[in-house]
Amino acid sequence: MGSTILVTVIMLVALGVVLAIILYLVAQKFKVYEDPRIDEVEAILPGANCGGCGFAGCRALAEALVKSNDMTSLYCPVGGNATMRATAKILGGEAQTKDPMIAAVRCNGTCENRPRTNQFEGAVSCAVMAATYGGETACTYGCLGRGDCVVSCPFDAIHMNPATDLPEVDEEKCTACGNCVKACPKIIIELRKKGPKGKRIFVSCINKDKGGIAKKACDVACISCSKCFKTCPYEAITVANNLAYIDFTKCKLCRKCVEVCPTGSIHEIHFPPRVKKEEIGITEN
Amino acid sequence: MLKISPSPHIHDNVSAHRLMRDVIIALMPALLVSTYYFGLRILIVTVVSILTCVALEYFLGKYALKSKSTIGDLSAVVTGLILAFNLPPTLPLGMVVLGAVFAIGVVKISFGGLGCNPFNPAIVGRIFLLISFPKEMTTWVKAEGFNTAWSLPADTASLDAVTGATPLGIIKGAMAAGKDLTEVFAQNDFNYLEMLFGKIGGSFGEISIIALLIGFAYMLIRRVISWHMPVYIFATVIVFSGILWFVNPARYSDPLFQLLTGGLMLGSIFMATDYVTSPMTKKGMLIFGVGIGLLTIIIRTWGSYPEGISFAILIMNAFVPLINRYVKPKRFGEVVKNG
Amino acid sequence: MLKTFKLGGIHPADNKMAALMPIEDIAPEGKVQIFVSQHLGAPAEPIVAKGDTVKVGQLIAKSTGFVSANIHSSVSGTIASIDSIPDHLGIRRTAITITVEGDEWLKTIDRSKEIKHNITITPQEIIAKITEAGIVGLGGAAFPTHVKLSVPQGKKAETLLINGAECEPYLTSDYRVMMEYSEELLIGVLILKKALNVPKVYIGIEVNKQDAINKLKGLQSKHQGIEIVPLKMKYPQGGEKQLIKAIINREVPSGSLPIDVGAIVHNVGTAYAVYEAVQKNKPLIENILTITGKNVKEQKNLNVRVGTPLSSVLQKYGGLPKNTGKIILGGPMMGKAISNLDAPTQKSTSAILIMPQLEASRPKPSTCIRCSRCVSVCPMGLEPYLLIRLAERKMYDDLEKNLAHDCIECGCCIYSCPANLSLLDYIRLGKTEVLKIRRSRK
Repeated sequence: MGSTILVTVIMLVALGVVLAIILYLVAQKFKVYEDPRIDEVEAILPGANCGGCGFAGCRALAEALVKSNDMTSLYCPVGGNATMRATAKILGGEAQTKDPMIAAVRCNGTCENRPRTNQFEGAVSCAVMAATYGGETACTYGCLGRGDCVVSCPFDAIHMNPATDLPEVDEEKCTACGNCVKACPKIIIELRKKGPKGKRIFVSCINKDKGGIAKKACDVACISCSKCFKTCPYEAITVANNLAYIDFTKCKLCRKCVEVCPTGSIHEIHFPPRVKKEEIGITEN
Repeated sequence: MLKISPSPHIHDNVSAHRLMRDVIIALMPALLVSTYYFGLRILIVTVVSILTCVALEYFLGKYALKSKSTIGDLSAVVTGLILAFNLPPTLPLGMVVLGAVFAIGVVKISFGGLGCNPFNPAIVGRIFLLISFPKEMTTWVKAEGFNTAWSLPADTASLDAVTGATPLGIIKGAMAAGKDLTEVFAQNDFNYLEMLFGKIGGSFGEISIIALLIGFAYMLIRRVISWHMPVYIFATVIVFSGILWFVNPARYSDPLFQLLTGGLMLGSIFMATDYVTSPMTKKGMLIFGVGIGLLTIIIRTWGSYPEGISFAILIMNAFVPLINRYVKPKRFGEVVKNG
Repeated sequence: MLKTFKLGGIHPADNKMAALMPIEDIAPEGKVQIFVSQHLGAPAEPIVAKGDTVKVGQLIAKSTGFVSANIHSSVSGTIASIDSIPDHLGIRRTAITITVEGDEWLKTIDRSKEIKHNITITPQEIIAKITEAGIVGLGGAAFPTHVKLSVPQGKKAETLLINGAECEPYLTSDYRVMMEYSEELLIGVLILKKALNVPKVYIGIEVNKQDAINKLKGLQSKHQGIEIVPLKMKYPQGGEKQLIKAIINREVPSGSLPIDVGAIVHNVGTAYAVYEAVQKNKPLIENILTITGKNVKEQKNLNVRVGTPLSSVLQKYGGLPKNTGKIILGGPMMGKAISNLDAPTQKSTSAILIMPQLEASRPKPSTCIRCSRCVSVCPMGLEPYLLIRLAERKMYDDLEKNLAHDCIECGCCIYSCPANLSLLDYIRLGKTEVLKIRRSRK
């Protein structure tokens, strides 16, 4: 009895040793050299595998960073400047610095602003809807409200607001990875500069129809009246294809365009409330 | 307000609910025959099995999967019904519940619920019981005539029924003992006509071939299933066992016996054809059907269990993902025939 | 044994309620709006300006390439504007708006009812005339007809097939053409035959249109080389590839065109338009339009001018019925649900199908139960259940491996799905992507 156990134990241990040796030899033979820095860089990267950098995942970016001598063309939008600096420390290169960005939803076509004219009943997908027809409202450019951007977000940072039927970006969570930009078939979402203390100004409309048509479809559409264009002291605003656009690299956040916009299609975010000159004397109801 | 959707704009109005309802209707003749032979207890077993399945599907679906309730499509009812059909009439109710819990809880819900389970829940439920309670699961009552008993087996004495082995069990025993099968057949005097109408021992849903065939015909007419799978299984069983029998009738049973006994009919018509666990293409169905037929006869002849259809289906279920991946339907324009 | 295609297919209720209504002419009034792009391919270029007066049949927009088609005025009057207007899908496209004044036709157009039998001109002249008349395929896709008639070099047309299957439920315009313009239609077919220089023509008609089969068979002896082929009822028999399989039993391989198996398919409506263009000098300015639906009181087959607003056609017959849920241009299987009733008709508009509220809703999707119905009904032998999963996950390589680009968008998969999954919706998306990838590779 005792010897049986002993023999079994010896046999198993021997087997284990033999297999371990084989495994070791095989591992040696087929060893692939990997730069240890890849692992180090990967550890610094956020690990969300969102694809915002243009690579298949964080590992792929890490490999690219290590391989390339010049880091300036590579950037992880999620980790931002801090991560890139840390990476540069390991690799010894020059890190690229970028302004922090955020996804901006350039449509304010809520149910009130943009009345529905029909009801879509196909698959719940903006892409399917965009391929089917012009949309539920008279505006063929605006948000379709089926949430392809919500599904695409790996950070749970964009959600549909049931009251407005429009997506809203959670500023805390948004990393500007750009997945929603790619997912939106109408290209409504744009990555824009987050701005100092989150202050930013953008045209919340992409309707390229003529003013009258756009206004008829949606109360808050850009009617390409060019008032903002004329007002802007920094030449940050262009009007093309019946649509105004604010270049965020030139915008100095003076807020003048917001004041002149007749339809309120230019949005300002995180600014202190204005002194309400015009409203003095008007009773609030 | 006008509605908009991509084309097409019409639907044939066949829902999963309707398909499952038709399966249930198709199972009714067999249930009636069983009730006639084994008494009203059959109905109690059936109801217990169905209720357990439905309740479990509802609660697990709601709290474990957190998905929309799927009991409306009746698939849990079908599972419960088929599981009950696979049980001997005398099985204690506690075991019935256990089988149903295993079928729905472990085999169906844990894989993600409707449409995601790789194995047929009813079959796994039955095999689970067979392995856990071999004695109770192989205590057979011989169907003799009209029966009104409510409780079994505590009340066996009051029955006109005698417990005894199924024909497949008898043959298996004889084969194990190395007897000449021609003699065994002669001694036992199996009446194929009675088998056809269900006067035979066995799991209660499998006994009446005629009732099951009526169900098959009904499902074909209602286009619930296609004829392919059952027919492929029957054909394989007949051909394969025919060859064996032709070679040595003293060692192997004849094809008609193979076809009429045990769960072959129930299995091939109602369990192999389960949508979720069978191949998607006609070619795949051929592989699947032939596989089940071969495995059934192999297990019946050389295995240690007298019946092999449920094991055969289970094994082939495991191949379905592989079949779906590599067996593609005939594509239009694949073979260019000009003329 | 009646002929049909082999793989897949469905049998929806045919609901051809307007079949017995004769075609009525509708006089133009008010204004018409004519899109400069009513065909597959490059849009035509307007050659008129605001304020110009035009006559019926006058060229108003010129084709801008080989795959493009001329556009003619369907009314006489003054050009009111050339601007973008929303089409039936709400998408803005360039259209020429004409205010109707009287009904003055170009002198060159022969408006007599007399049937002209003799085909006197050469094949090249025929194709030139068809190009000039701006004829497009009236079977649905609106592919310019002259392109189909110009056989590419190295390929040979052996058989001409005329599609009279009209396999879509509700539609009756092809049937009415076959019944009312039988002679003209057959002459049109002979013109196409001459243009292509093929020995044999088959006209495939499903047996639910027995009258049409009998009528055309009666006239067959007068027109050499035409054979009428009765077909078993099955959707989508009118699909080009399915029709070729059904009639001459050839299969167009994946990624190829019918011409690769020597076949060319035209619709009966197109054949009639060809007759008018070649024998009567009349460009494509009218279309046969069916107004039908389960709660439509007056089922109608109308001959309307291209560019007439849909709403004004409907208004003539009492407007929309109560509880209208959905309006479809074309048949219920492949037609498009429309959001803008003010949109004008186009060359290939064949029907306005009005669906009651109850029928209009799509059932809510549930879970795939892997019943394999979609696989067995797919006429192309694809696996819709797999394609939707791949398309939802944007796995375009796998989609291509599984031949998503072969999908003909017939809708059989959604029609028969017991879980009401939006199979085709996603497959269509995937198919578009795959086609893009394939094109970029070339």
